[in-house]
Amino acid sequence: MGRVDGKVAFITGAARGQGRSHALRLAQEGADIIAVDIAESIPGMDKFYPGATEEDLAETVRQVEALDRRIVATKADVRDYDALKSALDAGVAELGHVDIVSANAGIFAFGEQSQLVTDAEWEMVNDINAKGVWHTAKAVIPHLIEQGTGGSIILTSSTAGLKGTPNVVAYTASKHAVVGIMRTLALELAPHRIRVNTVHPTGVATDMILNEATFRLFMPDVEHPTKEQAAPIFETTNALPIPWVEPIDISNAVLFLASDEARYVTGTELKVDAGYTIK
Amino acid sequence: MGRVEGKVAFITGAARGQGRSHALRLAQEGADIIAIDYLEDLPENPYPPATEEDLVETVRQVEALDRRIIASKADVRDFDALKAAVDDGVAQLGRLDIVSANAGIAGRPNLSEDVPEDEWMRMIDINLNGVWRTAKAAIPHLKAGGRGGSIILTSSDAGLFPYANISHYVSAKHGVVGLMRTLALELAPDFIRVNSVHPTTVDTLMVQNDGIYRLFRPDLENPTKDDFAQAAVAMNALPIPWVEAVDISNAVLFLASDESRYITGVPLPVDAGAAIK
Repeated sequence: MGRVDGKVAFITGAARGQGRSHALRLAQEGADIIAVDIAESIPGMDKFYPGATEEDLAETVRQVEALDRRIVATKADVRDYDALKSALDAGVAELGHVDIVSANAGIFAFGEQSQLVTDAEWEMVNDINAKGVWHTAKAVIPHLIEQGTGGSIILTSSTAGLKGTPNVVAYTASKHAVVGIMRTLALELAPHRIRVNTVHPTGVATDMILNEATFRLFMPDVEHPTKEQAAPIFETTNALPIPWVEPIDISNAVLFLASDEARYVTGTELKVDAGYTIK
Repeated sequence: MGRVEGKVAFITGAARGQGRSHALRLAQEGADIIAIDYLEDLPENPYPPATEEDLVETVRQVEALDRRIIASKADVRDFDALKAAVDDGVAQLGRLDIVSANAGIAGRPNLSEDVPEDEWMRMIDINLNGVWRTAKAAIPHLKAGGRGGSIILTSSDAGLFPYANISHYVSAKHGVVGLMRTLALELAPDFIRVNSVHPTTVDTLMVQNDGIYRLFRPDLENPTKDDFAQAAVAMNALPIPWVEAVDISNAVLFLASDESRYITGVPLPVDAGAAIK
């Protein structure tokens, strides 16, 4: 018996990285999946890291189906509420219900002191990371309330949702906003036994972090910093002697919060951060 | 394959309530148990103490799950007794991986200026100092094992925000958070993780008693469990009066298991949203 047997999970940003990992971990424990991803390059983001592709999303589908679970995957942008809602509604129509929500889609743009950040970058980051999370909740809440069987919404924030991060103002603001969204939704939805929590990863070993642009944030004087050079510097940010965590570590926290084992956990910031925020 | 298969867990206050529930949940998932409890009456505590029969029942239930358990009578205020219990348990079971510092009392409610000095001191000595002694006794074994470990301290929602009339309890439970954060930093180089759990009201004898009913329903002469439930539900965001011991055990299990291998320094509320109300 899986820990989320018979449930359906709606996951944004599911083409790769943490989102794919969440889809697979929940599917391993018995859930069917409704997956969305923008699955294309986002203008202005290429200088940081490449966007997910349609092939990535197809690979998530393949791997979930290999676990003998069903998955409805759609290309959709969390900034486009109508597209997001259509994707979710189609998934619910096919899979019958929705019980778990992982608002995982997000981008990481960075590198300038706050006074140098452009309006375009601020708006892009906050549109995706904060408004996109609200859109995700807005689309799914009517389903959860109408079903009347409770539910678990997990919003992906960050250690940057709890602490300041120099030269990362738009992202830090967007991830703090996610905490405010979580706390408010937790109160609004508690009467319906719908739980809302955040997860707060430290650096996770995905394309979003393991790239030369991010390494340079930590090593501004090195022209082409490598993963090997970055690891010891990343390690200094954590209390546990590790440079970063793996996507599966966030997925295990998401699984716990999604399952009935956490049936009375709501309004909580669950850090998966190797002690980053207590250092 | 259990989620803590092959590990050994040291649990204080294991005779009944949350402590017994933790022992059973961890044993269900493959752990052997070192259990202690005080089993004696405490002055001015508004509910009956756990008994030797209670601890024997914990032993019986763990053994019924085909796991081993070494149980002994020890007081978390007595470091030597605590250390002897852990040392003996580790000698018999071969290792130590998980620590649940769960032993605690509710004490008698009073305004801060009316708390008798001995009751204040006893509260701090059990609910805060006892947690420190538990860690102190266990840490050398965790370090010697060289496999890391997970220490889970039982705090409370009263470790995150205040409740009137139980300042000794609130102070001790806040203190546990400071201890947790400091231990997490000190032990991180050895991959020993330290986190706290923060229950709202749990349906055990520690809260299901007349003293607690009167604390929360001062408006009634002889408040009942149902009267308390009305006050208790108002404290939570989810529409429930209290959680069950197994809900705390599931959080302890998650924090004890390798699923949370990189979670440390975290206060984890299991509180039906009480902290955000």
